[in-house]
Formats: sequence, structure tokens, C-alpha cells
Amino acid sequence: MESLRKKFFSHPFVLTIIAIVLGFAVASVILLLAGFPPKESIETLVQSMIGRPKDIASVIIRSTPIIFTGLGVAFAIKTGLFNIGAEGQYIMGCVVATMVGSMLDFPKPVAVLMVVISAMLVSALYAGFVGFLKAQFGIHEVITSIMLNWIALYFSNWVCGLDFFHKPGTIGMYPVNDCTYTMLLPVWKKSEAGQAFLAEHPVLQETLGRTDVNIGFIVAIIAALYISHLLNRTRKGYELRAVGLNIHAARFSGINVNRSIVHAMMISGALCGLGAAFYVTGQSPHTVSTLSSFENVGFNGLSVAFIAFSSPIGCIFAGLLFGGLLYGGAGLQSKVGAPTEIINIVIGVIVFFCALSYLIPRFVDRLDAAKISKRRARQLAKEKAKAQKAAAAGKDGKKGGSDVV
Amino acid sequence: MAAEVSSRYAVQMHGITKRFGSFYALTDVDLDVEKGTIHSILGENGAGKSTLMNVLYGLYQADAGEIYIGGKQVDIKNPTAAIEHGIGMVHQHFMLVENFTVTQNIVLGTEPTKGGVKLDMKQARRNVLDIVQKYGLEVNPDALIRDITVGMQQRVEILKALYRGAEILILDEPTAVLTEQEIDELLKIMKKLIEDGKTIIIITHKLKEIQASSDVCTIIRRGQYIDTVPVKGVTEDDLAEMMVGHAVKLVVEKEPPNPGRVVLDIQNLYVKNEQHLDAVKDFNLQVRAGEIVGIAGIDGNGQAELMEAVNNLKRCKGKIIVDGVEIQNKTPKFGIDHGVATIPADRHKDGLVLGFTVYENTILEKYRTEEYSPKGTIDRKKMRSFAEELIKAYDVRPEDCGPKLAGGLSGGNQQKIIIGREIAQEPKLLIAIQPTRGLDVGAIENVHKMLIKERDNGVAVLLISFELDEVMNVSDRIAVIYDGHIQQIFKHGTVDNRTLGRVMAGGKVEPSEIRDLPDEVAYAAPAVGEPSEEPMEEPVEEPAVVEPAVSLAEVIAAGNAAADAEEAASAIAEPEYIVRSAAAEEPAPDRSIEEAEKTSETMEHMQEEIDSMHKAIEDIQKQLSLVLQKMSDANTDVD
Repeated sequence: MESLRKKFFSHPFVLTIIAIVLGFAVASVILLLAGFPPKESIETLVQSMIGRPKDIASVIIRSTPIIFTGLGVAFAIKTGLFNIGAEGQYIMGCVVATMVGSMLDFPKPVAVLMVVISAMLVSALYAGFVGFLKAQFGIHEVITSIMLNWIALYFSNWVCGLDFFHKPGTIGMYPVNDCTYTMLLPVWKKSEAGQAFLAEHPVLQETLGRTDVNIGFIVAIIAALYISHLLNRTRKGYELRAVGLNIHAARFSGINVNRSIVHAMMISGALCGLGAAFYVTGQSPHTVSTLSSFENVGFNGLSVAFIAFSSPIGCIFAGLLFGGLLYGGAGLQSKVGAPTEIINIVIGVIVFFCALSYLIPRFVDRLDAAKISKRRARQLAKEKAKAQKAAAAGKDGKKGGSDVV
Repeated sequence: MAAEVSSRYAVQMHGITKRFGSFYALTDVDLDVEKGTIHSILGENGAGKSTLMNVLYGLYQADAGEIYIGGKQVDIKNPTAAIEHGIGMVHQHFMLVENFTVTQNIVLGTEPTKGGVKLDMKQARRNVLDIVQKYGLEVNPDALIRDITVGMQQRVEILKALYRGAEILILDEPTAVLTEQEIDELLKIMKKLIEDGKTIIIITHKLKEIQASSDVCTIIRRGQYIDTVPVKGVTEDDLAEMMVGHAVKLVVEKEPPNPGRVVLDIQNLYVKNEQHLDAVKDFNLQVRAGEIVGIAGIDGNGQAELMEAVNNLKRCKGKIIVDGVEIQNKTPKFGIDHGVATIPADRHKDGLVLGFTVYENTILEKYRTEEYSPKGTIDRKKMRSFAEELIKAYDVRPEDCGPKLAGGLSGGNQQKIIIGREIAQEPKLLIAIQPTRGLDVGAIENVHKMLIKERDNGVAVLLISFELDEVMNVSDRIAVIYDGHIQQIFKHGTVDNRTLGRVMAGGKVEPSEIRDLPDEVAYAAPAVGEPSEEPMEEPVEEPAVVEPAVSLAEVIAAGNAAADAEEAASAIAEPEYIVRSAAAEEPAPDRSIEEAEKTSETMEHMQEEIDSMHKAIEDIQKQLSLVLQKMSDANTDVD
């Protein structure tokens, strides 16, 4: 029998919380060792994450692309694939979104839709290629996608250098046109009426006025809900999960395993591309610059997926936590003077404990077993005592009987 | 109950209790093994017998209880300590390094060295040869493990234990992977070791082996000690009853088959194995509706490749026809859509998605139908109600397992889900590959019943198993596969397991040897209450049984003649069940090769006759068409 306690401690959400707490505990120790007051430091960190409305808005903005890539990675994990190529797919999405967006001049919904679709399509194909190689030739997706990450990086830099796209005087491309912007009310908030209105509403002024609040986060939530539905409720999702959990049984039962692998990778890539499209259209500088190294949006997606235990809905919260830590880390440095690396340690420890969390139910199990055996021993002792008493009573009875005779 | 502690006993385990979490694998179990005896531990799967032995071997620590070796209490913390106390264990799955030689494997961990550093393999080889000679366990010390047979590998494991000075040998399911012949060899080896003063403990759930090998048997049921009995005084049925707790019939009850149309027709099939060699060659077999055809054979004679081809997991040459449709070289889905349902050999690998709930597993094939996923969305209500029905119909336990993961169920219950699911496909052809592997007696009986029920419903059933008894008991026809082709086909009840074993090893049986055997032999189980002392060794001396006149050597010597007789022999097992050729009806113990040749000659004559008749029919057809032509001509003339 599974105890209630074990069930509680087996729940991914509880495990994540434990991992987060442990992450901060380890960070406190390190802060202490480095000579910073842990309590104040963490308070400052939290303060700079959610202290002001502007901070919350910024955290959301910062989190959005990571939620998308996390969602992509989580989806792949659910289908048995390790999409470490999220980084490359995200970069490809950014480049294509910028290329398309900088050339377009259409009414807003059409323009945005075109940017989003083109970015998703290219990222999907880029990931689908990895799936194809795995399905057709059995090449492991990790190897191919790591290579494709670098190809994406250098492709991005190459495009930045092309005369047609390169914006003179910068290291980047021409930004996307205004018609593709996905911020909330981008024109109105710059207009006189808008400015006047915002001046009267300080909270809105801080969030809407000062930051690039965009619809990306809402789309991310919708995407997470849709992916959750796709995985758990649809025929396609059933197939993909079956392949992910047991490819042999899936093949045996007539599922086209190769097609499933390609489709799963394409969907995963499309999610990364979607994130890229909303990053380019929703946040300044609305362009792609020459990169000297990876920006880690895709790689952070891996961590997000792990922390969320690959739950699509969980990715929203894990992404927010991640984005919050990244954003708040900057505040930690400026206010306490602690290096931002401490944030990387916190994140690392959280992911580490998430990976180790399967030990927690076992530990609880052991505690339970110890308790049960104690209880049992007590019971046995009681029974023995009872039996002895009964035996003694029986003897007495017999004695009595013989006396009568 | 527990005997007094004495040096008379090699091993005594008293009051052993072992717990995993809150689950009690063993509760207060006693075991007393006398020196110089073979002691079996009998129990169903999951009864705790392996756990008990793992406690003795130091792999697990008991939560309560004492262990005595030779009358002295010992504390066995780990296998190293066990070895020091003279305990050796041969695991069910061998722990050998495939790419090492026999010698290297035997001395692994205790290698002789020169000066404490340099390996002295020459000395090691000498040591191994010494021990090989001492116990008469012949094995080539220089062969690589991956090149030798499973039986030989087991010998190496035994030698490994002996090399480390084992006085008490624990064999975990030693016969699970062996052929009949290899089992005989193993029994001989065990007898030899006993003569040398060793003590052997066998873990098994095979009743027959206990009768054949052991002196004493301890029965464990669900972690509880049941009894310890001398083997000579009990029958298999007694043991079975003690093991499962209720009387189990060992013989499968079934009506005679009622075969109909040909459902599965495999023609000239060739399938390559991993090494690109033909593992299945020129394979021909028909299975009719309403009959069970069992494929008997030693593992590795093409069964796996055959099944991969039939399930479309592998390309092949030749034809696999199901109800008139060629299904070969398509997709697995194609076969399923054309009425093939398969109970796979490996339920964890091919049968179930262990990470899916039981609900989800029940619709692993149905999910793609419009009925179960209208407009691409899984109808969860429908899925649940179907699964609940299946759980009820097949008595899957626990009955509330539906929303739980399939991985949490016991093997027997997992198998029930697979069988239920496949039968629910309403197949034309049901293929069952090793359907009872790893199941206990009660579950096996259930599986057999289900297969027979499907047969009675008019399904063609193809059973593939390495358990000879299973094939012999359940099948209506037994096809022996050897070296990738059907060596010979027998009707149910016409051969005993010895003869079948011979055919499985590549021999052939002449028609004269095939006859109706008394039931108890045909079903490969001794009659109830029969005071047979060594049923495995002695059945041939039962007056009712006729030992086949020809020995294996003679069969090989007969060579071509036997091949000539093949047609005659297989004619006897023709699916039409006109069967029973005159030769089989009248026992003709000295029926010679000449006669066999005669039969084949007669058949040639018949063939010629048929050919001439074909010609005659063709002539008549020609004439008829001429007449018709004339008539129509005449008609036009009239017009």
C-alpha cells in the first residue's frame, strides 16, 4: 500500500518546490562563504523580481521566450526525444522572423501572422531534419542537433553580414517593421492621448509605458494549454507518447514510429520558432545581432523543462521562475554586490535536485517502512502478551475443572 | 518446522523475514538443507524463493532470522562473505563477460598473479583444467563465452563457483534456458557434484525437475513457509497444490479441433537474421480456422525471425497470406488491419507501454479507430468503459488498476491485459509467442484456456513456445521448427516429448514411430498418483509407451532414406485430419526404409495420374468450347 505521504512526496509539484528550497539553501551557504549576508541577499533578489509592477512585467517579458523553448523541449521529452537543438531552432526562428519582418509591409494581423508562420515553419523543418536523421538512419538526435546549433549560430551571423539585411552602423540586421509589432498598443502608448492617460495611471505607466509588454506571454499560455491537450487527449498525442515511452510496443501495435519521431521533432521545433517570432516582434531591439556565442534561450529551455518535469503547464511557472532569477540576478549584483554567478548556482542546484528528486519518494518509503515495522513489532508483542495471558487463564481453568472432578 | 541446529545440515535458515518497504517478501521462513543433498525451493513467481536465496548469498540482509552454515551461526553481509562461507550462486541470468574466454571468466576477481602484479594466465588455465577434470565438467578453457552454448555458459558459471571453493551451490532456475538434452546433462552434473560431497539448492517453479533431480523440497507460498517434504513421497500434483494453494490440473482439457478454411498460409518464406544469414529458409506452414498449431523448437532456430516477418518488423522473401491477403513486407498496421493479433514474447518490450495507464494500454491498437478517437480526440469515456470490461472479463487484479500504470501490475496480470486486448481485436489469426513465460501455474492454466476458447470460436491460433509441455498440451498440430524450416509436423497426441526432442535436434521420425500414445504420455504429465520414482528418466520403460525404434544416431545414418520418407511422414499430419495412414494404424515395428520408399513411389504414381486427369479435363474443355462455338455459329446462321 502506498501511503498518503508517499503519494504527496511523489507529486512533481511538491518535488519541484523541494528542489527550489534546496537550491536557495545551497545558494545561502555559498553567499555566506563569499561574505554576503544570505538573508538580505535573497530578500533583495526576491524584491528585485517582484518588488514593483515594472519588475513583474519585465520578468514576464524575460520569461516568454524561455517558456516557449521550455515547452518545446518538454514536448520532445514526452515523446522520448531530447531536443538539445532548441537553441539552434530558436536562432533560426529569430533570423527568419527578422528577415521576413523587415521586408513586410502589410496590415498588422497579416504581417504578424506571416512572421509567426514563417519562423515556426523554418524552425519546424530545422528540427524535423534532426528527426528525419534519427528515424531514417538511427543517428542520435543529441549529436545532430548540437551540430545544427552551431550551424544555426553561424548562419545567423552570416545573414547579419549580408548587404541586403545588414543595417549599416550596427552589428545586426534591419529590425522588423512596425507593422509586425506584437506589443500591447504600441502606437497608442506613444501617442499624446496615450501618454496623457498613462501619466494618470502610474501602475500602467510603469508596466505598459516603460516595458515591451507583448502578447507573447498570452500566446505561451495558450500554447501550453494546447500542447497539454494535444499530448493527453488526442490520437496524435497518444501515438507520440506511446513512441516516447516504449518505441518497441508502439511499433508492434502498428504505430508509424518513424513518422512519429519526425512529427514530434517538428512540433518541438515549431514551439521554439514561435517563441523566436514573439521575441523579435515583441521586444526591442526587434532584430538579430551578430552573436559571439549562444544566448542560451534554447538551453535555458532545457532547464525549464526539467524543473517542470516536462509538464507543459508546469513550463509556464518554471519559465517564470527562471526568467525571474535571471532578471532578479542583475538586481542582486547592483544592490548587494553579489556576483550574478550566484544566480547560475541557484539555477544549477535547482535543476540538480530536480534530477535527484526521484530519491525523495524512496526516502519517504523508508521512513514509512520503519514506522510500519515498529507498529507491527508492537502489535506482535501485544498479541504475544495476550496469548500468554490466555494460556495462563486456560491453565487456571483446567485446574479448576479437575478440582471439581 | 525448523530443525534443531546441527552440523548435519549444510545450511539452516531460521525465521527469515525480509521486507521491501512495507511489503513483506518473506515472513518467518525456515530452510534446513542437509549436507550432500539436492534441495529444491519451490514456489510461484514472486513467492519469495529468489529473495530467500539472495539473503543466503548476502545480496539482501534479512530483517529478522538467523543463518547457520554447518551448525555455526554466521552473518552474511555480502556475496564476498557468502563465498568465504563456501556458498556459490549461479544466477538465472548469467554474469559472464561475453568477450572473455572461459578461463578468464572463471578466474575473474581471483586471478593468479606473478609477483602480485602481472597476470599469470598460464597458471589460471592450469587451475581451470584441474577443476574441470576434478568434477568432469568438460568445457574448452580457451573458448570465448559468446561462442559457446547456453548450456556451456551455465557450466562455466558452476565452475566459477567451484573455483571459489563453493561447497553449497545455489542454482536459480537453472533449466529455464536449457534444451531437454542440456537439462539431462545438468542433472548428471548435479548428481556428480553430490557424490563429491557438495550440497545443491535449486530454485524452481517447474515441478517435473524437482521430481527428476531433488531429494527434498521446501515449498514457499507468498513469502510464507508451507512445508518441507521428501520428493520421493509426493506426486507432482501434491507439489503443485502446495505451491499454488489449490488443486491445479496439469492436463489441458479440450475438445477435438474443428478446423475450417486455411487462414494463415506461409509459402517458401526466407528471413535473414542480424548476421544477414537466412535464419528462416523455405518455411511452409498452414494454420486453419479453429485449430491451434504449435511451433516447437529450440530457441534460435528461426522462431524470432519468423515472427518478425509475420509481424512486419522485418523484410522477407516468400509469401505470408492471411485469409487470401498477402501481408508480407508491409507495415505492422497492415497485418493488424487484416486480422492478425499477436501476443508478443516480451510483454514489457513489445506488449505494453509500461508508462501508460492500464486504460491507455487496452486501446493500443483500437485508439486509431473513429470509434475510439472521433475527429482525432481520444474518447476517454469509451476507453475507460472498454478497459473496465476487459479488466472484469479477464479478472485483472487489482480490479481498480485501470487508472494506474501498467508497469505496476504483476506479470500475470499484465499478460491478461495483452491477451484480452488482442482477443478484443476479433482476429482471424491469433499468434501467441511464449504466452506463459514467467507465469505461475494458475496463470498458465488461464492463458491456455483462453487460447482454446479462441480456437473454439473459429480463430486460427499459432502458438510458439520453448516449453515443450505447453506446445504438446495445447496444440492440435505440432510443427517442429529446426534450422529455419519445418522439420516435421505431428498431430496432437501422436508423439512423446522424447521423440519430439529428437526432431527438435534435427532428427526425423519415421511414420512407423508415430502412433497414438496413451494420454498420460501424450500430455507429457505422469498420471495422478503414479508412484513413479524418476519420471523424467524412466517413462520409456512404461509398458504403454513405445520407445521409438530408431535412435538419433540411426536417424542420422538413415540420412537420405529418412528424407525420402518425409513426404509420407508429413502426409500423416495433413491438416485435413484424414490423417492416420494405414501404417500408423497398424503398428509395424520393423517397417523398413524400402517401404518408405514404396510409399513415396506410390505418391509419385498418384501425381502422374492426377496430371493425366488434368490433361483429360483440358481436352474435354476444349471440345466443349468447340461445341459451344458451333452452336452459336448455328444460331447466327438461323438469324
